[in-house]
Amino acid sequence: MSKSTADEALELPPVESSEFPLTTAQVGMAAFLCSEAAFFSTLVVSYLIYLGQDQSGPTPAESLSLTRAVINSAFLLGSSGTIMLAMNSRKANSLGGFSVWMFVTIALGVMFLVGTAYEWEELIYKDGLTISRNLFGTTFFTLIGFHAFHVTIGLVLLTIITCLERAGRFSAKSEAPELVSWYWHFVDAVWIVIFGVVYWMGT
Amino acid sequence: MAIAESGQSSASSPLVTQLHGWVTTVDHKRIGIMYILMSFFFMVVGGIEALLIRMQLWVPDNTLIGPDTFNQLFTMHGTTMIFFVVMPMLTGIANYLVPLMIGCRDVAFPRLNALGFWLSLFGGCILYTCYFTGDALYGLGSAPDVGWFAYAPLTSPAYARGGAVDYWILGTSVSGVGALTFAVNLVATILTMRAPGMKLNQVPLFVWMMLIDAWLILVAFPPLTAAQIMLILDRYAGAHFFDPQSGGSALLWQHLFWFFGHPEVYIMVLPAFGIISEIIPVFSRKVIFGYASMAAATAAIGLISLGVWAHHMFTVGLDDRLDAYFSAASFLIAIPTGIKVFNWTATLYGGRLQMRTPMLFALGFLSMFLIGGLTGIMLATVPVDWQVSDSYFLVAHFHYVLFGGSLFALMGGCYYWFPKATGKMLSEKLGLWHFWLLFIGFNLLFGPMHISGILGMPRRVYTYQAGQGWEFWNQVSTVGAFIMGFGILFFFINIAVSLRSGKKAGDDPWDAWTLEWATSSPPPSYNFEQILAVRSRRPLWDLKHPEDPDWKYE
Repeated sequence: MSKSTADEALELPPVESSEFPLTTAQVGMAAFLCSEAAFFSTLVVSYLIYLGQDQSGPTPAESLSLTRAVINSAFLLGSSGTIMLAMNSRKANSLGGFSVWMFVTIALGVMFLVGTAYEWEELIYKDGLTISRNLFGTTFFTLIGFHAFHVTIGLVLLTIITCLERAGRFSAKSEAPELVSWYWHFVDAVWIVIFGVVYWMGT
Repeated sequence: MAIAESGQSSASSPLVTQLHGWVTTVDHKRIGIMYILMSFFFMVVGGIEALLIRMQLWVPDNTLIGPDTFNQLFTMHGTTMIFFVVMPMLTGIANYLVPLMIGCRDVAFPRLNALGFWLSLFGGCILYTCYFTGDALYGLGSAPDVGWFAYAPLTSPAYARGGAVDYWILGTSVSGVGALTFAVNLVATILTMRAPGMKLNQVPLFVWMMLIDAWLILVAFPPLTAAQIMLILDRYAGAHFFDPQSGGSALLWQHLFWFFGHPEVYIMVLPAFGIISEIIPVFSRKVIFGYASMAAATAAIGLISLGVWAHHMFTVGLDDRLDAYFSAASFLIAIPTGIKVFNWTATLYGGRLQMRTPMLFALGFLSMFLIGGLTGIMLATVPVDWQVSDSYFLVAHFHYVLFGGSLFALMGGCYYWFPKATGKMLSEKLGLWHFWLLFIGFNLLFGPMHISGILGMPRRVYTYQAGQGWEFWNQVSTVGAFIMGFGILFFFINIAVSLRSGKKAGDDPWDAWTLEWATSSPPPSYNFEQILAVRSRRPLWDLKHPEDPDWKYE
């Protein structure tokens, strides 16, 4: 049935370009991140609905520490900058620069997780806040827990990407590192929302 | 057993090799067919559940099925039909067709696509595992008995003991992740892999509607997953999301569920719209009327459907102003839907209609969906909803939309594209039997429910007393259910007979105009020998009529 060779014979006009500005993998990643955004929106909305509803304590103002949160945020938001530097090094064909910046990114991510663990330890053992203690505990641990879970997944991905790149398994054209960095930026963006909603509003 | 052993003893037998090929495939066409087969399987299961429900309601004070089993039956029936019949059928049809229609060789992420299918299938298996637990088969065990929307606090640990609700949560959320992979794939495929020259405003309308559909899946399914996670945390970690005794809110579940549940209605019906938009022009021998307004209306439906979820909750006692907003927003959806119905009718008008089976299903869809849409407007009117909410009127309404609308069109799509997928034509005679039995049975089944609902029969009652005027309507419904069951039997017979001895279809049996008909039937695994350049919305018309091609006018 195919007769595209006949196009010239029939003097058909040339086809106009229908190229989409993003690549297939980029669209796929963006679509996935949209669904992730919908997921986190649901958790954030549930947190907001119950905010201040339960006075049985400990309340956010009693147990959350803004200083603790700011230090922790600095780790995570800083890692967004370092992964950008890593991607720039990759574009400049500098494997060394890429590796160093990826290592710093992973280290910052791990420090963020350690910070979260420290915060949870204080909340649980000092303030007695657990997921079943009150509504604040329920929504707080669910929201922060799922964010920390995403950070963990991100760290695994970053590690894999770094190892594969160092092993020379990606061609220069491979989009995988770039797309993983999108995911990492997304996790950071979610944190900014969480910081505003949970820590800034709560304390 | 003997057959299974003989099959294993000759490991190199073609059957085993073939099966292995199917299980490990990443070809979008095979995955599409597996989705559809899965849908057929669960259609039988869900259909049997429906027949049992109708048998129980045949006479007043019936004791055929106890109240507990009845609760489990309607829960499993609803969950099955929505998550494991309509969803996989639309996913399968879209999986099969979208790459062919836009002239590319496969979907964007073939392995992710295979993962999506297996997740959906395993979701269904997980849900039905519940029948093998607890009291097991004889007591019809610990199937969930909380309704397909699993309202809190019925699902709380206090009221839902045992694992039944957990099977519901796991089954639906696993298949929900499968739906997400499908949506990611579809968006990437449609946006970036179209044939050279095919602009977004030149793709077939089915592709347009699947693009919006995928977008809706991306936005609507994650909130359900999040809500289900909260429910699991409530049940097993002592969280209080939906626990009013500790300050939680049972209403939150309803909000979150319907924020998924209402768009889900459109996720299920948009593919039907797409199929109808392909069938009606071909069998009217006319270009679709109002292509651009059709696509725009789809996008409008996609947007509005995200803002109307609380019209499922008029009776919970929200603020009057909220009710007013959600009522008005729901009315608003009638506008783009009306545009579509108008466009289909305008396409039919003055066309040279060919009454083949797919066309019959399309017309059946049009009339059934119209009735469902009109009762939908009635239900969007708050006072009417207060009166008939949770009665059989509502049951009639959503079956007219989801069965008469969605499933009718999907079956019509099966008739339309069966020749493409198998190279064989379905029998017109058996198709007529299928259509008319289904159509008559459907109206006998769900039509009287409007009346029994207005007469006050609540949904989900396992029996009723004599003398309330409900007996007659229930008996008509039950008769209709069995007629419909026979109709679906004809569908399966038709498929079996046609696969064995159907007429050869050829590449383009309906003389259609979209790209999927440009390749052989069934298509080779690489879809097209040569990718065609596209200059108009009907590339095949241009090819068949070089003297008068569409691109001169578009």
